[in-house]
Amino acid sequence: MSLLETRTTSAMLYLDGVHVSFDGFHAINNLSLTLEPGEMRAIIGPNGAGKTTMMDIITGKTKPDKGEVVFDGTTDLTKLDETQIATLGIGRKFQKPTVFESQTIEDNLLLALNVDHRVRGTLFWRRSEPESKRIDRVLEIIRLGDARDRLAGSLSHGQKQWLEIGMLLAQDPKLLLVDEPVAGMTDVETHQTAELLKEINSHDKTVVVVEHDMTFVRELGVKVTCLHEGTVLAEGTIDDVSANERVVEVYLGR
Amino acid sequence: MTPHILTRSLNRSATVFLLVLAALGILLPLSNLLLPDGSFLHVPTYLISLFGKYVCYALLALSIDLIWGYCGILSLGHGAFFALGGYAMGMYLMRQIGTRGVYANPILPDFMVFLNYKELPWYWYGFDMFWFAALMVLIVPGLLAFCFGWLAFRSRVTGVYLSIITQAMTYALLLAFFRNDFGFGGNNGLTDFKDILGFNVQADGTRAALFVLSCLALGIGFLICRAVVTSKLGKVLIAIRDAESRTRFLGYRVESYKLFVFTLSACMAGVAGALYVPQVGIINPGEFAPGNSIEAVIWVAVGGRGTLVGAALGAIVVNYAKTVFTSGPLAPYWLFMLGALFVLVTLLLPKGIIGTFNAWWEGRKEKDEARDRAQRDSATAAAAESAAREDGVIERTMVKR
Ligand SMILES: Nc1ncnc2c1ncn2[C@@H]1O[C@H](COP(=O)(O)OP(=O)(O)OP(=O)(O)O)[C@@H](O)[C@H]1O
Ligand SMILES: [Mg+2]
Repeated sequence: MSLLETRTTSAMLYLDGVHVSFDGFHAINNLSLTLEPGEMRAIIGPNGAGKTTMMDIITGKTKPDKGEVVFDGTTDLTKLDETQIATLGIGRKFQKPTVFESQTIEDNLLLALNVDHRVRGTLFWRRSEPESKRIDRVLEIIRLGDARDRLAGSLSHGQKQWLEIGMLLAQDPKLLLVDEPVAGMTDVETHQTAELLKEINSHDKTVVVVEHDMTFVRELGVKVTCLHEGTVLAEGTIDDVSANERVVEVYLGR
Repeated sequence: MTPHILTRSLNRSATVFLLVLAALGILLPLSNLLLPDGSFLHVPTYLISLFGKYVCYALLALSIDLIWGYCGILSLGHGAFFALGGYAMGMYLMRQIGTRGVYANPILPDFMVFLNYKELPWYWYGFDMFWFAALMVLIVPGLLAFCFGWLAFRSRVTGVYLSIITQAMTYALLLAFFRNDFGFGGNNGLTDFKDILGFNVQADGTRAALFVLSCLALGIGFLICRAVVTSKLGKVLIAIRDAESRTRFLGYRVESYKLFVFTLSACMAGVAGALYVPQVGIINPGEFAPGNSIEAVIWVAVGGRGTLVGAALGAIVVNYAKTVFTSGPLAPYWLFMLGALFVLVTLLLPKGIIGTFNAWWEGRKEKDEARDRAQRDSATAAAAESAAREDGVIERTMVKR
C-alpha cells in the first residue's frame, strides 16, 4: 500500500485500470501506464487502438468510466476540466493539426503563451519585451520566422504541425502530449521534428508521443508502449516491442 | 493606457466610420434646427427621428456583431435585451406623465388605474428618477444576459441549440409582457409620453438632442467594441469562434469569455432600446417578437459579419429599404423581400457588403496569390493525410524493419 503510494507520487503521469466505453464499445480497457518525470515515451498501436482516446482522458476531454489518472503524483485529473488541466501544465498537440486558421502565426503563439488567461488579464494585456522575445525564439525554433504575419490557415500541413508544436513550446507545459506529429512531413522534416522533441525532452519535460512512423519512433530512441484494443500489449525498447509476436500479429492482422 | 487603446482601436475604416457618424450627428440636427422650413437643405423633424431610429438599430446590430462575428455566438434573441432597455426607459417616461394622464393619478400610470391597481408595483419604484432608470437600462438586460449565459455557456450549449434557446427566451418574455397582470401595460405597452428630463419629447429640440445622443451612443459603443476586438481578449474570442475546444486546451476558461462579451453586448442592446423608445414614442411587447431578433441578425449578415462597421451599415441600409418598401404598394411583400435579401447575400456576398469591399480593397492580385497558395497547400495536405491514413503505412514500416 505505502509502496504504491510512493510510486504514485513519484510519477509525472500515472494511469491505472482505466476504462472508457462509447455506447458499449470498449475503447479503453484496463489501461495502466506510468511516466517518470522527464521521461519521453513513444506510443504505437494500430488504428483505433485508443491512443487518441488516452490523450482525451488525460486532458479532460473524455471522462473515464473507471480508473485512476494522477498527474504529478498529487492531482486527480478525472475531477478536472480541460481548462484546469491545461493550467496545471499539460499541453497537447492534436492528431489533426488544430491551429487558429484565421489568425496570424504570431497571434497563434501569443494565444498559447502561459500568461494570465483570465478575462481581465487578456482585456488589458499589453505587449511586453519578454513575451515578444519568447515568441521570436519559438518562431526561430519552428522555422516560421519569415511567416509570422501570415494567416495560420495558409500554412502547409507540415507547417501547421510545426506551428502546433511551437504553440506547445510557448505554452511551456510540464507534460506534453504529442499526437502524430510527423504525419504529412517529408523525411527531412520528420528528422528535424525528432530532434526538436528530443531537445524539448532534454529540458526536463515529460513527453508522450503517439506515432505510426517507425523510423521516427526509432530515431526518438525511447521506451515504447504498444496499445491494442485499449490496453497495453507490450512495453520496452523499440527492438523488443517490434520483435514481440503479439505486436507483429496485431499489425499484420490475424 | 487610454491613448494606447485608442490608437490600437482606430484603424482606417474605424476612423472613417466615426468621422462620418460625427458629421451626420452634427450636420443633420443643425440643418433641422437652424435652416428655415422651405430650405432645400432643411431636414424635417420626422426624418431626424427616423434616422435616430436607424442609429439605434445600428447600435443593436453592433452588439450582435460583437458576439456573433467575433465569438461565434448566434443570438436570435437580442431583441429581448433591446426591448428590456426600452421598457426601462418607457417606465421612466410613464412616470414623468404624472397628473397629465387621462386619469390624472399622480403616481399610477393610466393603464394601472384602468386595470384597478391600488398601488404602484414594487418594481416600478425608483423609475421616477432618471438616473435610476438609466442604470436599469444597463442592469436589467445585463443581468438577464449574465444569468442566461451563465447557465447556457457553463452547460456548453452552443451553435443551433443556443440560438434556439435565445429564441425561446425572447418568446417567453413576449408572452409575459403581453399579460396585463405582469404590470407593464400588457398588449398596449407604454406610450403617450410627455417629457424627458423636463423637455417635451415631441419638441424639435428634444428630437434633435435624442438623435445626437443616439449617434454618440453608437460612436461610444463602436469604440468599446473596437477596443475589445483589438485587445488580446479579441484574439481569444476569435480563437473560441474558430476552435472552441482548442482554446480550452490552451487553458482559457471559454465560458467566462463568452459570458463577458454576451453581457457587454446585452448592455449595448439595452442602451439602443432605451434611446429608441423616446424617439418612436412607444414600447410594446411586439418588440420581443422572435422575428425582430432574426431581422437584426440579417442586418449584420448583409452588412458584413465580424466587421463592426458592416453591422452598423447593414442595419441602416436594410431599415432604409424597409421604410421605402413598407410605405409603398409593395408593403405586404416586405418579409419576402427581406428573406430574399438574406438568401441572396448568403449566396452572393457571404462576407456581406463591408466584408466584400474589404476583400476587394486588399487587392485582386494578393487575393489570387493567397488562393493559389491555399489550393496548393490543401492539395499537398490532403495527399499527405491520405498517404498517412492508408492502413498499409504501418505494416510497410513494420515489415521494412
Ligand atoms: N467520442 C467517441 N465516440 C465513439 N467512439 C469513439 C469516440 N472516440 C473514439 N472512439 C472510438 O474509439 C476507438 C479508439 O479511437 P482512437 O481515436 O483513440 O484511436 P487511435 O489509436 O488514436 O487511432 P488512430 O491511429 O487512427 O488515430 C476507435 O474505434 C474510435 O472509433
Ligand atoms: Mg489517434
